[in-house]
Amino acid sequence: MSTNPKAPSLVSILVSYNTYIMLIALVVISTLLSEHFLTLQNLFNLLRQLAPLALVSIGMLLVILTGGIDLSVGSVAAIGGMGVAMAMPALPFDGVAALTICVFGAVLFGALLGAINGALVAGFGMASFVATLAMMTMARGLAYMLSNGQPVRFPRDLPTAQILTGFGSKGLPGIGLPWPVLAVAVVIVLFVFLLRRTNWGRLTVATGSNEDAVRLAGLPVWRYKFLAFTLCGALSALAGIFVTSRTAVGTPVTGIGLELDAIAACVIGGALLSGGRGTVTNTMIGVLILGLIGNIMNLMSVPAYPQQIIKGVIIILAVLMQGIGARAKRRV
Amino acid sequence: MNRLDMRQISKEFGGIAALSGAEFSARAGEVHALMGENGAGKSTLMKILAGAYTHDGGEIRIGGEAVSIMNPQDAIRNGVSIIYQEFSLARDLTVAENILIETLGHGLFVDRKAMDARAEKLLARMGFDDIQPGEIAGGLTIARQQVVEICKALSRDCSILVLDEPTAVLTTHETEKLFDLVRRLRDQGVCIIYISHRLDEIFSLCDRVTVLKDGATVGTWETAVLDHKTLVNLMIGRELKDFFPERHATPGAVALEVDGLAAGALVSDISFNVRRGEVLGIGGLVGAGRTEVLRAIFGADPIARGEIRIDGETRSIRSPGDAVRAGIGLVPEDRKQQGCLLHMPILNNAMLTPVNPHLGFLGLIRDARERGATEALRSRLNLKAASIDAEAGTLSGGNQQKVAIMKWLVSGCEILLLDEPTRGVDVGAKVELYRVINELAANGAAIVMVSSEMLELIGMCDRVIVMRAGRLAGELSGPQLTEEGIIELAMGRKHVH
Repeated sequence: MSTNPKAPSLVSILVSYNTYIMLIALVVISTLLSEHFLTLQNLFNLLRQLAPLALVSIGMLLVILTGGIDLSVGSVAAIGGMGVAMAMPALPFDGVAALTICVFGAVLFGALLGAINGALVAGFGMASFVATLAMMTMARGLAYMLSNGQPVRFPRDLPTAQILTGFGSKGLPGIGLPWPVLAVAVVIVLFVFLLRRTNWGRLTVATGSNEDAVRLAGLPVWRYKFLAFTLCGALSALAGIFVTSRTAVGTPVTGIGLELDAIAACVIGGALLSGGRGTVTNTMIGVLILGLIGNIMNLMSVPAYPQQIIKGVIIILAVLMQGIGARAKRRV
Repeated sequence: MNRLDMRQISKEFGGIAALSGAEFSARAGEVHALMGENGAGKSTLMKILAGAYTHDGGEIRIGGEAVSIMNPQDAIRNGVSIIYQEFSLARDLTVAENILIETLGHGLFVDRKAMDARAEKLLARMGFDDIQPGEIAGGLTIARQQVVEICKALSRDCSILVLDEPTAVLTTHETEKLFDLVRRLRDQGVCIIYISHRLDEIFSLCDRVTVLKDGATVGTWETAVLDHKTLVNLMIGRELKDFFPERHATPGAVALEVDGLAAGALVSDISFNVRRGEVLGIGGLVGAGRTEVLRAIFGADPIARGEIRIDGETRSIRSPGDAVRAGIGLVPEDRKQQGCLLHMPILNNAMLTPVNPHLGFLGLIRDARERGATEALRSRLNLKAASIDAEAGTLSGGNQQKVAIMKWLVSGCEILLLDEPTRGVDVGAKVELYRVINELAANGAAIVMVSSEMLELIGMCDRVIVMRAGRLAGELSGPQLTEEGIIELAMGRKHVH
């Protein structure tokens, strides 16, 4: 009599909002650990560093939603970052127009590599794990070939390069919100809108949920898969450009292991690897959680190698929590 | 004496009683049918027996002794085995390895010879000595995989065998062989509990019937004292004449004409037409090519030869998308795998179509319009759901089927191909679906319906074409449309009673 059966128990709240709770817990821990954490400067820096991962994770989410996986994102990012670094000094003219052409070209090339993934998976029915694994090694090989394995530097005083590095290191005048963070925010809003408010987004999710049913509804399943891989390639290349804008150098080793962080962000955010479930906002929370874990461990001066182990443990915990949540939901 | 007694079994799920004081007893050496509508509690009761669920109240006695079954291992130890519709075979292991899979965990080495010999003995006991113990299980036909599954149960000395809709996936011939096997096991003293929606099977196979309704036992009868009508009345509490609702449609112009259709290995030279307001049935044995005809018309399988005319105009249909744009919708046989997005809301299922008239510029979703349209369909189809945001997977089978139909009504499809639309749904839900089909026809839709249930074809269709081995065997209507007529055409010979 005393307890309302409809009132959710504390456990069920913990389980169903576990990603949010984890994020808040990490923010609290960070704040307690360091007085510098809750400064605008530190937060902006953290977000600036996470911008490339956020872009790649959105691309990865699109592919995961259709039931696939893309292992080539890190290599494509390297090509994107290097492509811009090599193209800027090579262009006969300077300025915003030149930068636009470079960025556009690099993103387009990333989209092309993604489209090859998409064609192999959607057109030839290849397993996405295999197709993108091959693309991962090919794109990385191409990056090493183009640069002879060396970092690609560009003249700092090149006007085009100054715009790029300005974008990577500066921010909105006044409050100093970094440009890359602002750009990522625009991309987030765009994809939240596309996935929630357009038929394309809805059908992309449906494809991962039950491909057979979507095909037998008369819808071109291959198109949603193909487009997801293409967009993932484009976003990966853009992420590489963001890395170059921050570090002022294009290197062929950019984005090694990036695919794992992106997959982890999606999974922590509750996306199902079998497809059909996942949202952009939750994936961004996954990105923040990954970033905060790294930040906390840096604040605590945990060396790099143990960091990897701790990160793995936290990913496992997050997924375990979701498993418990899913089971609890089924039992009701 | 009873082999199994289940007394006053009760079970709640989240405060809702699935079983309240259900009683069930079965003897050794009998085939005992467990009947009831979906949701009556049959599978809950059997899952409690098999240890998949634990009961909240009541008592289970096996061989006169009270037993405690808390998990599947307890059930197996007490001689209970259940064969679900989805088999649990390891497809890449051999027949013998599957049958004796529990012994694989014992010891370091596998004595293949001894295993094969034991498996062979079990297979022979069941009259299937033509299945080789060394064969890979996944390579067997569905019917033979089922035999292996039953062997696996026997290998652990099961005395109570539960078969849950075992014939849903079998052809008529395979069903006969299964029945022989079941009778053989019964004669060997096994207590067999048989769950099926097919009334014919109950009468030809089972000795006694227990009917459940709303979680309680209605009663147990000798099959011999029952007939179809009484049994259905016991299950649904209403008369059989209400079973097929009245039809008020008058056939109009020809909507779909199929001329000389050939596709794949199973369809050759099929011609027929359907008028608006008409329900055309396709009868025949499983494997006669009925599903394949529907898939070919819908563009899901390539057409080798033949012509499809819609409203008198020849249309080229190369993909399901073409078919939908031409006004044809298919509701596939396997609604869980192909008909519905089980993890998506009803709304998304309804809008799953290449011709969604509610979309705005560039495919923008206009939520209010879509919700309005879905709500309207929900009341038109009498869909029982908490809201249109409920996931399709939470609905009952009959309501899932309605959800699968919704997208074609959104698309404005007026030619509907229904493949076994009432398979696996309970009697009440069947009647509901019949009403929906009649309503669609009355509103001018042309309906083609494949069904394995002859009563359904006779009760629902204006005309029935019967297929045999991929070809048209004949067409029946009016007084010729009888069970005998269909069987005669489907089997290609006079049916002998």
